[in-house]
Amino acid sequence: MIDEAVVDLSRLQFALTALYHFLFVPLTLGLSFILAIMESCYVMSGKTIYRDMTKFWGKLFGINFALGVTTGITMEFQFGTNWSYYSHYVGDIFGVPLAIEGLMAFFLESTFIGLFFFGWDRMSKVQHLICTWLVAIGSNLSALWILIANGWMQYPIGAEFNYESMRMELASFSDVLFNPVAQVKFVHTVAAGYVTGAMFVLSVSSYYLLKKRDIPFARRSFAIAASFGLASILSVIVLGDESGYTVGDVQKVKLAAVEAEWETQKPPAGFTLFAFPDQEEKRNHFEVKIPWMLGLIATRSLDEEVVGFDRIIPDNEKRIRRGIEAYALLEKLRAGDTSQETKNAFADMQFDLGYGLLLKRYTENITDATDEQIKLAAEHSIPRVAPLFWTFRIMVAAGFIMLFVFLAAFIQSARHRSAGSRAILYASLWALPLPWIAAECGWIVAEYGRQPWSIAEVLPTYMSASSISRGEVIGSLTAIIAFYTALAVAEVYLMLRFTRLGPSSLGTGKYHFELIGKPEPQA
Amino acid sequence: MDYETLKLIWWILIGVLLIGFAITDGFDMGVGMLLRIIGKTDMDRRVMINTVGPHWEGNQVWFITAGGAIFAAWPMVYAAAFSGLYSALILTLCALFFRPVGFDYRSKIDDPRWRNMWDWGLTIGGFVPALIFGVAFGNLMLGLPFELDPMLRPSYHGSFFGLLHPFALICGLLSVAMLAMQGGAWLQLKTHGLLLIRAQSITQITAGAVIILFVLAGIWLLLGIDGMHIVDTKPVGDKIHPLMKTVAYGNRGWQANYLQYPLLWAIPVLGIVTAAITLLLSRAESVLAFLSSSLCVACVILTAGVALFPFVMPSSRDPNMSLTMWDATSSQLTLGLMFAAAVIFVPIILLYTAWCYRKMFGRVTKEYIEENSHSSY
Repeated sequence: MIDEAVVDLSRLQFALTALYHFLFVPLTLGLSFILAIMESCYVMSGKTIYRDMTKFWGKLFGINFALGVTTGITMEFQFGTNWSYYSHYVGDIFGVPLAIEGLMAFFLESTFIGLFFFGWDRMSKVQHLICTWLVAIGSNLSALWILIANGWMQYPIGAEFNYESMRMELASFSDVLFNPVAQVKFVHTVAAGYVTGAMFVLSVSSYYLLKKRDIPFARRSFAIAASFGLASILSVIVLGDESGYTVGDVQKVKLAAVEAEWETQKPPAGFTLFAFPDQEEKRNHFEVKIPWMLGLIATRSLDEEVVGFDRIIPDNEKRIRRGIEAYALLEKLRAGDTSQETKNAFADMQFDLGYGLLLKRYTENITDATDEQIKLAAEHSIPRVAPLFWTFRIMVAAGFIMLFVFLAAFIQSARHRSAGSRAILYASLWALPLPWIAAECGWIVAEYGRQPWSIAEVLPTYMSASSISRGEVIGSLTAIIAFYTALAVAEVYLMLRFTRLGPSSLGTGKYHFELIGKPEPQA
Repeated sequence: MDYETLKLIWWILIGVLLIGFAITDGFDMGVGMLLRIIGKTDMDRRVMINTVGPHWEGNQVWFITAGGAIFAAWPMVYAAAFSGLYSALILTLCALFFRPVGFDYRSKIDDPRWRNMWDWGLTIGGFVPALIFGVAFGNLMLGLPFELDPMLRPSYHGSFFGLLHPFALICGLLSVAMLAMQGGAWLQLKTHGLLLIRAQSITQITAGAVIILFVLAGIWLLLGIDGMHIVDTKPVGDKIHPLMKTVAYGNRGWQANYLQYPLLWAIPVLGIVTAAITLLLSRAESVLAFLSSSLCVACVILTAGVALFPFVMPSSRDPNMSLTMWDATSSQLTLGLMFAAAVIFVPIILLYTAWCYRKMFGRVTKEYIEENSHSSY
């Protein structure tokens, strides 16, 4: 029997480390492109201020990148350490994008980042520019492969169950590669990264403009960030809307949870703007609805339904019952009865095997599950609604606020008045946390919304965990939290110090603190 | 391509990735280990760190990719080893945390306490993973106490302290000495002056240690450790899983492959010879010393790999459940696909990595660091 506490602690550890990792990733994705754009400006115009911009923002990029790399190793290790049955069960498919990510993307990014920092005097301008672009391309390709892996967890196509090896095996790589969920997720995620990079540069530049320091430097940075950010936030919102238009059953469950759709509405469904979802009573308190809007977003039509939990849970119960039969057939096959009849019967049923495995949490012998246990498994075949409902709304709200900020900043810099309105500068400064809030909420929607599955409809999270002890996970969780806290302190300390110093930290002798001969500020 | 060949290719490719990791990331881990030993002043240490500054990140990807490749090509090995050696892996992970931040953050603030702290971090980040990887390899030779249930769920029945068998500790020290030698040999290429002389001495000392520890581990293996061999199995080119074979103890010290193909003895012998060449050439020929040190690293790892072949992860709890490169692999489609990816990308990686090293060729000097104080590590 699997220890429930080990599963919960492992989930907590994975969630914490993934959310922490993603504090650094989006900034890497976005800032690498901004660096490439700035350096392109340098190579084309020959103005050294653009080189200084590349170097200064590159310094901050480096501080951030170091932690992205550090926390990324944890992610790769954890599938094996804490989710070993998962690794066995789907490694044949899931491992492929991870390995290709290493070969195709991470090598590229990491090799050229060395030249980005150390190669300025060692090569021609154009060669160095190529290195910078390759870093940006590498980091984005890296995101592509990781999201192909993640997309497959949400919508596992292109794979088949093999009863002999007791695992899923790859059937079609092109299905995995062109998985629609992965495609939409990739563009949405990298665009969110560009927004993060842009907001970071916009915000820090606003700080210099408010302080009236290094104005030409800050104004150019502000302008690049405003235009790049506006284009990016528009893509995030449009593509986020695209990802609302979903495929796959688990995505439908996620949609129902995000919208707190306890009951299937008559189409076109209304959009719930505000509510307190109640999981026990399966209804919402204090609901505020906008008619038609959800139907339009989710189905792009006036007559298609958005399925609610009143239909999803009974459907899942049916599939759990079929899953029990599938499991019984699997046991028969594994006991040695490999007659064509049994094989055919299993082939018919195998798509419900995952639902049968949901019962493992409630009984050792799936085939002897009682009615009560089946009902309980069906009730728990959906994620908790309230956290999803709220995180989704926070994400969307943050997205729209950023849209307004970027729009205002863009108009201002287009009018060449970026040292003008202080209100816009303050708004840009204080909008700094928004892209991170939105991204973290987005991941909670995506991954918490996938529960109780680790691989949608194939493998329950509960089954995926390793056979390890509680003490081991508590030990690792404690160590990781202690390390991550210390690293965060060092990172924030350096970031603050270098953002306050600004381009004076380059030691060129041309910027604020060097010119006025004041002592450098301490963080 | 038939399944059997693909399985064999993946054994070789994972070997290539692990050796690539030990040779490249090995030298920057070695530099980390030596940082406090031969770096007497802050400037010494900055020079040392900047010799690996442009490269350590790319080097570390050998490790990450080896992990990803084991996940994809040998999922069961990845699952059983990483969950079984849980505490050891978490310890390695925590030690590795120090490296990216250590390299990047250390010299950004001019404060002796801050820098000293990260120097310790870089030392730990080099020493601890090297030790644990060696200990882990030693334990593979001894067999690990894991088993698989009928659903092929791995479970481990030992503890972290159970890994600290004296033989495994010798392997751990061998690994530490080897990477320190590799670090020393690298510093010979990239430094000058007093630091160069110290790097030469430390390479010689560690190369001597490598010879002694390697021979010691070899003798112990031959005299004191039972290997395993497969008694009965289905054809290795078939779809097989780890519960389909019979394995027996015997094959004293894992030497069956060497006895069957005596030419293979060249690998451990070459391991000793290259370590000796590194020792002898350290004062005179730094390029050759680095090449022979790298070759030594490859030979030592290969010696262990060939000894275990076809085993990857022998089980001491139930030898029949040992994982081999024939039966713990991915499907034929996955192996074929990944092989194609490797054929395309590995040459490209080698090409641009070589270009990167060529661009950064030359010794790092004190003057360079002083001039570029704001952009160097």
